[in-house]
Amino acid sequence: MSLTDEIKKELDNTELLRFTTAGSVDDGKSTLIGRLLYDSKSIYQDQYEAMEASSLRRGEEGVNLALLTDGLKAEREQGITIDVAYRYFSTPKRKFIIADTPGHIQYTRNMVTGASTANVALVLIDARHGVVEQTKRHAIIASLLQIPHLVVCINKMDLVDFREEDYLKIKEDFEKFASRLEVKDLHFVPMSALLGDNVVDRSENMDWYEGSTLLYYLENVHIGSDHNFIDCRFPVQYVIRPNTDEYHDYRGYAGRIAGGVFKKGDEVMMLPSGFTSKIKAIDTIEGEIEEAFPPMSVTLLLEDDVDVSRGDMIVRVNNKPNNTQDVEAMICWFGETPLQEKGKYALLHTTQDTRCMVKEVRYKLDINTLHRNLEEKTIKMNDIARVVIRTTKPVFIDEYRQNRITGSVILVDEATNNTVGAGMII
Amino acid sequence: MNYQLNHLRELESESIFILREVAAQFENPVLMFSGGKDSILMVHLAKKAFFPGKIPFPLLHIDTGHNFPETIEYRDSLVEETGARLIVGSVQDSIDEGVQVEEQGINASRNGLQTNVLLASLEKGKFDAALGGARRDEEKARAKERFFSHRDEFGQWDPKNQRPELWNLFNGKKRFGEHFRIFPISNWTELDVWQYLALEEVRLPNLYFAHKRKVFERDGTLLADCDYIEKRPGEVVKEMTVRCRTIGDMTCTGVWLSKAETIGDIIEEVATTRMTERGGRTDDKRSETSMEDRKKLGYF
Repeated sequence: MSLTDEIKKELDNTELLRFTTAGSVDDGKSTLIGRLLYDSKSIYQDQYEAMEASSLRRGEEGVNLALLTDGLKAEREQGITIDVAYRYFSTPKRKFIIADTPGHIQYTRNMVTGASTANVALVLIDARHGVVEQTKRHAIIASLLQIPHLVVCINKMDLVDFREEDYLKIKEDFEKFASRLEVKDLHFVPMSALLGDNVVDRSENMDWYEGSTLLYYLENVHIGSDHNFIDCRFPVQYVIRPNTDEYHDYRGYAGRIAGGVFKKGDEVMMLPSGFTSKIKAIDTIEGEIEEAFPPMSVTLLLEDDVDVSRGDMIVRVNNKPNNTQDVEAMICWFGETPLQEKGKYALLHTTQDTRCMVKEVRYKLDINTLHRNLEEKTIKMNDIARVVIRTTKPVFIDEYRQNRITGSVILVDEATNNTVGAGMII
Repeated sequence: MNYQLNHLRELESESIFILREVAAQFENPVLMFSGGKDSILMVHLAKKAFFPGKIPFPLLHIDTGHNFPETIEYRDSLVEETGARLIVGSVQDSIDEGVQVEEQGINASRNGLQTNVLLASLEKGKFDAALGGARRDEEKARAKERFFSHRDEFGQWDPKNQRPELWNLFNGKKRFGEHFRIFPISNWTELDVWQYLALEEVRLPNLYFAHKRKVFERDGTLLADCDYIEKRPGEVVKEMTVRCRTIGDMTCTGVWLSKAETIGDIIEEVATTRMTERGGRTDDKRSETSMEDRKKLGYF
């Protein structure tokens, strides 16, 4: 077998899984990540030695696995995670991307960022403290961002003598609370990240637990249905026109499939024009392919010469997104200046760049209790609110719960160009 | 039909998406090309992203004058093959013109001098987006880097004030004079890069494969013997079979004892090694946060 064939065979089953972790200074999140990397042998010797030296300099006992994730100078000095950090490890089954985010309320925006592309969310609970405000906040964010799978890691079991009652009590408390959320797949693991129990290796201290270890879960959870394969959505990103003799009339619409399965010969409609045509070919450098599905980047060629450009969307004739200028969304505010009711912002949606006005703040959501505060109209950094937006031109939207790509928007401050809001369309 | 992409195809698709976003959102992008495998991968992905069109931006090489000669040979042949336009920013010229002063001493390196030449080249070409092949798994400060990384008018990075990046939405808005650094292969690991290059049968510089070379040891790292490095008393030059895991300047790129003759051997070596890829880079070892410090000033 040639090398290429060997790699192809090896890759047949290696999916990419993105997960996010949120946690505070003390609940052992960085230790958990360090443990996953260390026990799956993804930490290199020189990294380990650097951590060892650093721990020693700080006068800490043992090697502080948290030093692996805290990369910025300020983070290492203060012993906290400020920003989203991305970590990578793989096992023969899967490749993992960890978006490691800080858990404190002032970093809600970082949690939202890390959660936006995740398949799985890990929520950490300190077994000594049980379900606290922060646990609820993390679960609420995971549910708002529609992360398909939620794993509750009940950590520091060693500090409660690995007692099953403590685990069951916390599990029950969490389940009671989670019944108010939209969580499709909920899973619990009792563990000690510090000692390694039930992270990669099965715990010898908790034989009452018959579920899987965290790594086993991450390796096996079914993520094949996390994309929308039903509603065909192709936001046109870039038009390829080579203008060479060989490709004189070539006009390819390049983009990444946001939903559904596109096939050669499909009848399609262009938005906003409403013109229809057929897919002549789905092109790649390796040649034409028969069908394309999310999240593939491809180039579509159409039978007819129609006017299509960046920001347009190609969809199926009988399955269209909502073509509208009125958008209702849950918005997480990122900006230093509060959200201005009646304020104007740039709005990015798929490959569209337009302007909008926030017409109304319906309510502010208390992200610790889910309480809707109808009186509070001042939306500050890290707040989450339900808003009504009017765009200057039509956008082609789906509900966020149907499609995370066509159901999301960001708002940009036109004076500073900063991204100030992230919205999930209702 | 099972609608599932393997992890390399998913990474490929993500990178192509970013490359196309750059071509669509910016007026005058440029691809920073170092001659290393990551920038070779970038060129390969760019070919795919714009096929059958040509890559719609030039390549920029910051030439320190301390390159391995093999790097320059490879660069020139790639430029010919892709028909891309090549721009060279020369550190030697900036020294000759008196703009910069060479570092002195045993461990002298032109690594720091690259930053100024890079910034000057970006300014001269009026580039508003510079594509780079940096990866988040390389180094801890890079783990915090965005795909679209905003730089102020001095080219500086402010790690505490980065724009959040969510979903597929990349905000490339900026004021006049500011630019973006863009890292389409952020999510690739070293092993991903090698597996993909093998899968796609991409031609690579010979430096990556085991070859005989005159080397000497300094602070636990093997360095190639060349005119650019002043040797300390007691440093003995020996011929050994080595290869490069990363390609940078001869003055700061450590070589590794290796028997890897094919890309398959390299993959096996990478999969089993216990040292990080940049472990041989003396420029990273100057302090615990030397990458963060350099990046803030405008380094790659």
